[in-house]
Amino acid sequence: MSDILKLSPLDQQHRELGGRLVPFAGWEMPVMYDSIIAEHRAVRESCGVFDISHMGQVFVSGSNATAWLDHLLTNEVAALSPGNAHYTFMLNEQGGVIDDLILYRLGDDLYLLLVNASCIEKDVAWLEEHLEKGITLANESAEWAGLAVQGPKAPEIYTAITEGRTLPSRNGVDDLKHEGERLLVCRTGYTGEDGFEIFCPAGQASRWWQALLAADVTPCGLGARDSLRLEMCYPLNGSDLSPCRTPLEAGLGFFVASEKGDFIGSDVLKCQKEEGCTERLMAIEVTEERAAPPRPGYAILDEEGNALSVLTSGGLSPSLGKGIGLAYLPVARAEVDTVVSLEVRGRKISAKVVKKPFYRK
Amino acid sequence: MIAPVDLRYTREHEWIRLQGDIATIGITDHAQEELSDVVFVELPDLGDIDKGSPVAVVESVKAASDIYAPIAGEIIEVNMDLVADPAKVNTDPYDTGWIFKIRVNSPEQVTELMDAASYSGMVS
Repeated sequence: MSDILKLSPLDQQHRELGGRLVPFAGWEMPVMYDSIIAEHRAVRESCGVFDISHMGQVFVSGSNATAWLDHLLTNEVAALSPGNAHYTFMLNEQGGVIDDLILYRLGDDLYLLLVNASCIEKDVAWLEEHLEKGITLANESAEWAGLAVQGPKAPEIYTAITEGRTLPSRNGVDDLKHEGERLLVCRTGYTGEDGFEIFCPAGQASRWWQALLAADVTPCGLGARDSLRLEMCYPLNGSDLSPCRTPLEAGLGFFVASEKGDFIGSDVLKCQKEEGCTERLMAIEVTEERAAPPRPGYAILDEEGNALSVLTSGGLSPSLGKGIGLAYLPVARAEVDTVVSLEVRGRKISAKVVKKPFYRK
Repeated sequence: MIAPVDLRYTREHEWIRLQGDIATIGITDHAQEELSDVVFVELPDLGDIDKGSPVAVVESVKAASDIYAPIAGEIIEVNMDLVADPAKVNTDPYDTGWIFKIRVNSPEQVTELMDAASYSGMVS
């Protein structure tokens, strides 16, 4: 691995806008432009755009691609019709999460895996290790740029910047030629708002970025992306998900098709389903007024002051004005309304377990 | 970036306003711009403090930053208004966004700190 950070095709644009660039998963990406809170609000109330060019694009094709992917992923690939996408997990033999990803079915035998930037290499290595005759893998992560356009105004913005096109329906994907260049448009996102993600050749990124900014879309950084996803309790891989945690422990069994037949990790999940998990990823809300914001790594204590766990994610919710976080709790404590405290620099602040998600429209 | 000429500055981006032997301390305009959105300030405890000790914490949405005592003395007052309105650190860093006051042991040491021109040069 090189120590040199990769630059987004939109690096120049980020610098011109005064973006604060930080290292993220081997890339130099903007954490914010002026204000995480203002960017967060723009997405909840209007529309924002995130550069997601760091994410990975792996194309899978072959007449047996559906069956092959069904063996490698938890959600039911055969049930996904062409032109649609779903959220899914790639697990190790122990049922732990290698990566969480969006699977786009572009055709009967053609798929796109949209994977986390930090996982591209290990995902591709895992796929290659399990490669079967007839399957073609193409890691095109370096050739593609991605923009996530999120917020209630996203559908009208799309129509405006494409001179009259309309978005596919929720979780739909259109594989288009726009002005002679390939454009993948997906009605998906990571913020809890309506919106879409576009993937285009890297050289086309600035064209779409400029068009979005000209349409008054707010440029948003990774800081707002994190606070938006945390309000929705969407997990962050490497923090809330890891190779030692299963999707069932993370409370994401909805994306595991346990009836579809065997897949890598399915025997462990079956056992866990029968016997029950020992820990569950729960949503924790600070109940004390004017308390310090919770941060990943802070200890969680029970009412007697015994250590229960640590936060895997945490921060101030701009929408709620409260501290929020996620943590794996022993099942005995993983009940809504359980009172806990968070340890912040030697002081205790009161908090409780709440229902997911934190934020509802 | 604003850096008033009547103040002294540290490398840790704090400003010091000396009146008699009382030093009022806050974070600079440059620092608040870098932090953005201040959402919480953990105020110091009153009492004696050594130069360079971490005494307070300013938290933005994205990170927690320590504030150090720029000079030795006794912390005699903290800005309780920041409990309800920590964003004053952003909107008015050199006035109502002050954080704490120290009765300094040796006021002449304050003049050894950077002046506005040196500080502006450092951050530019």
